[in-house]
Order: sequence, then C-alpha cells, then structure tokens
Amino acid sequence: MAKNLLDRHSGGVIEHDHNNDGIDRRGFLKCMAWAGTGAFCLMQGGVLRSFALPFRNHSGDKSGNLGELSFVQISDSHMGFNKPANPDVVATLKAAVDKINALPQQPEFILHTGDISHLSKPEEFDNVDQILKATNKEIFFVPGEHDVLNDNGAMFRERYGKNSKGDGWYSFDKNGTHFIGLVNVLNLKAGGLGALGSEQLEWLEDDVRHLKSSTPVIVFAHIPLWTVYPRWGWGTEDSAQALSYLKRFGSVTVLNGHIHQTMQKVEGNVTFHTACSTAFPQPAPGTADGPGPMKVPADQLRSVLGITDVNYVQKRHALALVDSSLA
Amino acid sequence: MNRRFLVRLLPAILPLALVAILTLYSPRAASQEAKPSSTEVKVDNFAFAPQTLTVSANSTVTWVNKDDVPHVIASDQGVFKSKALDTDDKYSYTFTKPGTYTYFCSIHPKMTGTIIVH
Repeated sequence: MAKNLLDRHSGGVIEHDHNNDGIDRRGFLKCMAWAGTGAFCLMQGGVLRSFALPFRNHSGDKSGNLGELSFVQISDSHMGFNKPANPDVVATLKAAVDKINALPQQPEFILHTGDISHLSKPEEFDNVDQILKATNKEIFFVPGEHDVLNDNGAMFRERYGKNSKGDGWYSFDKNGTHFIGLVNVLNLKAGGLGALGSEQLEWLEDDVRHLKSSTPVIVFAHIPLWTVYPRWGWGTEDSAQALSYLKRFGSVTVLNGHIHQTMQKVEGNVTFHTACSTAFPQPAPGTADGPGPMKVPADQLRSVLGITDVNYVQKRHALALVDSSLA
Repeated sequence: MNRRFLVRLLPAILPLALVAILTLYSPRAASQEAKPSSTEVKVDNFAFAPQTLTVSANSTVTWVNKDDVPHVIASDQGVFKSKALDTDDKYSYTFTKPGTYTYFCSIHPKMTGTIIVH
C-alpha cells in the first residue's frame, strides 16, 4: 500500500502491486497528472491539492450536455468529540463553513459523507445542523458508523433520510449528473469490512438501469468503496459488486470519508477520492498501531483538516476536485 | 446454663463449620482460587486485550473502552450486545453456560475476540 501511495507522485501509469480491494482490475492504474508538486503530502504540509477528472462525453456533443456543476464535500465532523486530538470540533466545523462561504465559485449544494456526530446523540446532530445552516446550502447526508449507534440508524433516517430507501440510500439528479448516496455502515459482519448488502445492491442495479452511459455518475458513501487498508477495516466487502453495475458509464466518481485523510485512485472509468475530516486526522495506513484519532501539534491541526470542492469545468469537460485545508 | 446454650447452638454451628472446612480444603475451591481472576477485557487501540479470555461458568466479564472513539461489544451469535461504549465506559456480561463465545465490535468489525467458558 505504501508503495502505491508513493508511486502516485510519478504521475504516469503505474503497475499496481497493492491488493485485496476486490475490484476487477485491468492490469494498470492510470494516475492523473497532479497539479502541484509534492501535493500528496497534504497530511504534513496542508498543501492545496487538485486534480481533474475527465468527463468523457460519449455523445460527442462538444458543447457538453452538462450544465455548470459545483458542490462541496465535507466529512467526519464528529460533533461531540472532545479528546486531545481536537478539543473543539465546533470551531473547526465553523472554520469549514467559513471556508465554504469564502469559495470564489459558490457551490450549489453540499455532500456530507458521514460521522456527523460522534455518539449519535440528538444534541450532536442539532449542533451540526445549526452550524451548517450558515452555508445556506442544501445538504445531502449519508451516515457514518458513529451516526447509527444503538438504533441501527433510525434517528439518522428520521433526520436526514426522509426520502431514502431501505437503510437510508437514495439518488438524485443535478445538472445532468446522477448522484447516488449509499449506506455501508450497517449490518456489518464479524471480521469483515463495510458492507452494502444485497437489498441495497439490487436497488442500485435498478436505479442506474434507465440512465444513458454518458451520464456522469457520482457515488458517495462513508466507508471507502475501494480497499484502502483492510487491516483497519478501510474498505467495503461488496463494493466490487456495486461498481460492476457502473462499468458501462463513461465517468464515475466515488466520494468517501471515514479515513480522515485525502487519498485517491483512478481505475478505468472510476475515480475514487476520500475527503479530510473537519474534526481530527487519522494516521496514514499502517503508520500506527491502530486507526484512532491522531494528535498533532495544536498549531498544525487545521492544516490536516479540510473540505473538498468539486467543480465541473465546462471548457475542459473535466471535473476538478480541490482539497483545501482549514489552515 | 452455658453448656445447654452451646448444645442448642450446635445444629446451627455444625453446618457452617463444615462449609468452612470444605471451602478451605476442597481441591476444587483451591484450584478456582489459583486461576487468574482477571475477567476484564481492555478495548484499546482498536483491539481486545486479551483477545481470548478463558473463565469459569458464572463469571462476569467486563469490557472497558480505553479508546478515544466508541466501540460496541456484540456476540457473533447474538448472545449479548452492549450499547455504544464511549471512552472509559464499561459493559459486563455474565456467562452462565460453558462454551466458546466469539464477539466483535459491531461498528469496527475487524475487531474480534473470544470468551471461552469452562
């Protein structure tokens, strides 16, 4: 895994040697050209990083059949957490809101990829709702494991999933792009990873059946839908099955949280990306005994927290993802 | 007076004395005392310690969460399940029947452990 991460600096095509992610591979991972050198070291340097995802337009329509598309992903606000890794998660979530409100191109809406709360308490959810109100944006949520403690997600669905199916999954369309919110934090099996389950997989297959292959698809869920590091549970058991339903699409973007650090991988038509937390960082895979909250010097905390700004760049027919730290 | 009093007390004292003697000298009681009496499982750094714990029947096992994040103790077979344990929270379960009980953290399922009850 570490090798793969380092290899990403080289930019070009690398032969993958990390494994266990259960995804049908084509032999090579095509890495994107990176804007900004040494950009991978977001964890250390708080460097702004960006990359562009090609939006292949199979209809050949050069003017593009997509409108402008701009949204922000935030993740892992862990409201209620008060340990040394960040004694003030309210302040850092507010800093994320300030960051969003200061973006030159205002996003249309926000995706929150879970762990809204730390302990699934009503007052924690209330607090986040109150702070995020200052963005004046529509917000779409998927649950993290911290949001479904003790009640299998009933309270989460009551608050954020009124129009969702099953355990809280749903889809919607924005400016020609199809968005799919998945739930992979419930009904987990001993020894396993995140899981979608057969009911959700069937729904997903059906949900995308009517879409043209040229429709850009953006999937968002809490736990990564590619295997980042199985020892720490950073992956989803049946994600390969889900991705198999999306193979025919020209452009698929998968946005996740959970691991409290940015990481990305491009494989064929699918680009995977994880966002930073707004609360506390976690160690890079395998660099610590466990994946728990990582304490960094107080003056460096905001450089390892952040938001992800996603913009469809009309001229280039590309989707640009920009991770910016809260520093 | 004194003697009559003692005689009347004998039926009450004798069984108590017998129990005391048996408890002190029976090999079974002695071996139970010699066993490690620790029935605590620490939940630390996303792992259970000890990962496998052996106890005698009717022992109460207590899990203590030493992590900065919550964990949930859940039997694989659905025998027991805790609420979410925040830092320093404890959960106890008394094992009455001998057997092997595997369990995991239902929100971090890579965390697994075993309680063997003799």
